[in-house]
Amino acid sequence: MGDFWNDGDAIVDTAAPEGPIETRWDRRKFNAKLVNPANRRKLTVIVVGTGLAGGSAAATLAEAGYHVKSYCYQDSPRRAHSIAAQGGINAAKNYRNDGDSIYRLFYDTVKGGDFRARESNVYRLATVSVNIIDQCVAQGVPFAREYGGLLDNRSFGGTQVSRTFYARGQTGQQLLLGAYQAMERQIGLGNIEMNSRHEMLELIIVDGKARGIVVRDMITGEIATEMADAVVLASGGYGNVFFLSTNAKGCNVTATWRAHRKGALFANPCYTQIHPTCIPESGTHQSKLTLMSESLRNDGRVWVPKRAEDGQKPASQIAEEDRDYYLERIYPSFGNLVPRDIASRAAKNVCDEGRGVGPGGLGVYLDFADAIKRLGKKAVEAKYGNLFEMYQRITGEDPYETPMRIYPAVHYTMGGLWVDYDLQSTIPGLFVVGEANFSDHGANRLGASALMQGLGDGYFVLPTTLGNYLAAGPFEKVAEDHEAVVAARAEVESRIKRLLEIDGDRTVDSFHRELGHIMWEYCGMERTEEGLTKAIGLIRSLREEFWQRVKVPGTGEQLNQNLEKAGRVADFFELGELMCIDALHRRESCGGHFRGESQTADGEALRHDDEFSYVAAWEYATGESAKPTLHKEQLEFEYVHPSTRSYK
Amino acid sequence: MDIQVRVWRQEGPSDGGRMVTYDVKDISPDASFLEMLDVLNEKLILDGDDPIAFDHDCREGICGACSMVIDGVAHGPEKATTACQLHMRHFKQGDTIDVEPWRAAAFPVIKDLVVNRGALDKIVAAGGYITAPTGAAPEAHATPVPKKDADLAFEAATCIGCGACVAACPNGSAMLFTAAKVAHLGLMPQGQPERDTRVIDMLQAQDDAGFGGCTNMGECSQVCPKGIPLHLIGRLNSDYRKAVRKSF
Repeated sequence: MGDFWNDGDAIVDTAAPEGPIETRWDRRKFNAKLVNPANRRKLTVIVVGTGLAGGSAAATLAEAGYHVKSYCYQDSPRRAHSIAAQGGINAAKNYRNDGDSIYRLFYDTVKGGDFRARESNVYRLATVSVNIIDQCVAQGVPFAREYGGLLDNRSFGGTQVSRTFYARGQTGQQLLLGAYQAMERQIGLGNIEMNSRHEMLELIIVDGKARGIVVRDMITGEIATEMADAVVLASGGYGNVFFLSTNAKGCNVTATWRAHRKGALFANPCYTQIHPTCIPESGTHQSKLTLMSESLRNDGRVWVPKRAEDGQKPASQIAEEDRDYYLERIYPSFGNLVPRDIASRAAKNVCDEGRGVGPGGLGVYLDFADAIKRLGKKAVEAKYGNLFEMYQRITGEDPYETPMRIYPAVHYTMGGLWVDYDLQSTIPGLFVVGEANFSDHGANRLGASALMQGLGDGYFVLPTTLGNYLAAGPFEKVAEDHEAVVAARAEVESRIKRLLEIDGDRTVDSFHRELGHIMWEYCGMERTEEGLTKAIGLIRSLREEFWQRVKVPGTGEQLNQNLEKAGRVADFFELGELMCIDALHRRESCGGHFRGESQTADGEALRHDDEFSYVAAWEYATGESAKPTLHKEQLEFEYVHPSTRSYK
Repeated sequence: MDIQVRVWRQEGPSDGGRMVTYDVKDISPDASFLEMLDVLNEKLILDGDDPIAFDHDCREGICGACSMVIDGVAHGPEKATTACQLHMRHFKQGDTIDVEPWRAAAFPVIKDLVVNRGALDKIVAAGGYITAPTGAAPEAHATPVPKKDADLAFEAATCIGCGACVAACPNGSAMLFTAAKVAHLGLMPQGQPERDTRVIDMLQAQDDAGFGGCTNMGECSQVCPKGIPLHLIGRLNSDYRKAVRKSF
C-alpha cells in the first residue's frame, strides 16, 4: 500500500493443473473440452496482430476450421516486428548431444527469468519448443544447415549448450514468413478475413465476455465494430514507451492498454529488457535505435577514457594508460562478457560520470584493435563482417579503423497482460499471446526465447486452450446496436474528436520524446524511490499538457499518421505511469529491474524472495485521481530453487 | 547541411498529384533519409501544413515497409540499401532531391508516398507456401537438405516484399518477387509436392493482380535492397515450362 496504489485480493491461476510438471500440459490437453469440427465454422475468432504469435495462431485456428478475422496496422501481415529478430530460436532438440533436454531448457529459462516466472508455463514452453522446429522445417523455413544436410545450432546468450536454431542473422524474418505464408494460404481459401492497415482502438465486452473490438480503417478513417466469439490479442510489446527503442516505429500498447482499461489485469509492467550493444544516438533527429548482435562482445573490448575531458577527443589520441576498460576492471572473471543487464548498467554509470564518448557523451567504445592484432583482419571480418558493415552504413565510421561506439537500448518488455495457464486474461474470452502477455520470461528473457514463446503460444498452446473456451459457444449473437457496442464505438469516436480539436502548438513526437526521456532516466536501467516518485509527477503534468497543447493536423476521415501516433502516445502516458508505480512498489532488484536501494555491498542486484516472489498484476483505476489496485499471484518453485547470480 | 526536397504530394487516390518543393535546413549528415522527412514533417505540422505521408516501420531494412523513389531510383542511390537505411551523408549541401512513390499499375497511390501493395500478398496467397498444417510435421531431421540447396533457398528467401522491383520495372512486373518465392520453396525437398501448381498459380495471380509481364530488363535486381539475383527469373521460367508441359 502506498500513496500510489491500493492492495487488492490475491489471484490464483485456476487453469494450471497440479501434479508432476512433466505431464501437466498433457493432462490439460486431455481435460480440455473439444469443439466438434462441424461446429468450428460457426465460431468466429478475432486475432489482433500478425507477428509470430498472431500469425501462427490465425493460421492454425483457420486450419482447424474456425472463422478467423485478423487485423494488423501494417500494410501487410508479413511486416509485423517479429521480422526484425536476428539471433535465433531455442529448442530442446539436443541435436548436439551436449546434455540438453526439455528439463534443462526449462531450468535455464526459470533461472534466467530470475525466479519471477511460473514453473508450469515455462515447462510447457520447453516441451513445445521441439515441435516448433519440426513445424517450421515442414513449412520450408531455410534454417542454417551443415554439410551433411542436418540443422546447425549455436550457443547463444551464455548458455552452455548449443540449442539455438538460426537462419543467418534473419531468423525472425524467416520464421515470420513461414507463419505469414501459412496465413496467406488460409486467406486464399477464405478461412481468414485479413484486415491490413486496421488498428484496434477498443475492446467490446458483452455480459462479462470479450465479444469484439472497435477498429479504425487507417486509410479511410472509418470506425467499425467487429464481433466474434473470442478475441485474441497478439499485439506485441510496449518498448516504444521509451520513444527510442529497437522496436519498429509503429509498435504500441494500445490494444492491450484498451483491454486493461476494460478490466484485464496488467502484470509486471516494469520488467523491461535493455540490450547493451546498440548503435548510439547521433542527434536530436534520432527516431529509433538499432541493435547489433551481442556476439560482438566475444572479441571486442569495452572502454571509456579515464578522464571526462578526453571524451570528445578521437579514440586514437587517447593513450592506452588513459583508457578505462571498466568491465574488465570491475568484473575480472567475466570481463566483457557479463550479462546484458550488468553491461548496460555499467555503461550508463560511466556515461553519467561524464566519461561517455560520441555525440552527447552517450556511448562507450567497443574496440576490436586487439582482436585484429591477435586474429588478423581477415578472421575478424569472417566473424563479424556483416555487423561491421551495418555499423558503417549507419554511422559512416569504419570499425576496422576506429572503435565502435555502443550504448544500451530498450529491446523487449517481459511484462504484459496477465494470463492464466490457458493464456486467458482476467476477462473471459480475451486471450493474449506472445510478447503482449506477461508469461514465461519472468523478470528477464533469455536470448532466442522470444521467437520460441511467440510460436509456442500461437501454434500449439492457444489452439488447444481456446477450443476449451469455445466449446461452450457459439455464443448469442451480439447486435450492432447493443448498448456495449454503441458505447465502445462512441468512446473511440469521442477520443479521436478530442485529439483533433485540441489544435495546440506542440507535435505528438515532441511529447513522445519527452515522455521517453523521463522513462529512460527514471524507469530505465536503474530505478530509485526518489526517481520514480519524481517521474510519476513529471508524467502526470506532461500528460495534462499533452491534452491541452498537442497539435494533430488533418481530419479523422483520411490516412492520418499523426492521429494514429497521438492515440498511441496518449496510451503510453498512462502505461508509463503504471510502469513507474510497479517499479516503485517492487523494492528489490530482479532481472531487468534494478532498484538502487536493493544492492549488495559491492553493487550487485539483491533480490528479496521472502517479500517479492510474486507476479504483480494491476487493476486499472477508473477516475482521474484513482489509484491502481495491486493483485498478487504468489509464485511457487517446486523444481528450480531460487539461487543468486554471481559474475565477479 | 541545407537541402531541398521535391516531394510528390497527392491527397488521395482521385487527386492528380504534384511535386512540391520544401527547404530542409540544418539537417545532420548522420540523420537517415526518413529522419530527414521526420524533421521536415515536424516543421510542416507547426506551420499548419499537411505533413508528408510515407510508409515505414522497422527502420532497420528488414520489414519492407519503406517505399520511395529517390532521385529516380527505388530506395535511392545507395546499392542494396532500403530508404530507411540511406543516410544524408550521401547527399551534398545544396542538393535538390526528388522523392516519389512507387509507380506501378498494381500499386495505386493512397496518399503522397503511400501506395497499396496488397497485390503482392495475393500472389503469395495463390501458392507461395508449403502446405504444412500445424501438428502434422515430421521430425525436423527426417529430411536432410543439402547445404548448397539450403543456402540458395535462404538467399532467395531474404526478399523483404518491399516492391522496389515492381517500381523499377518499366513494365511494372512482379517477376523477381514471384521468382524469389518460387525458388526458395522449390529448392527445399518439402516444397516439391506443390512445385508445379505453385508456379502456375502464382504467375496467374500475378497477371490477375495487374502486374505487367517480364521482358528481361533487369532493373528489378539492380534496385533490390537484398540483391535477389536476376537468374532466379530464369529458374522460374524453367519451372513454369516444365509444369505446363506436365499438366497436359
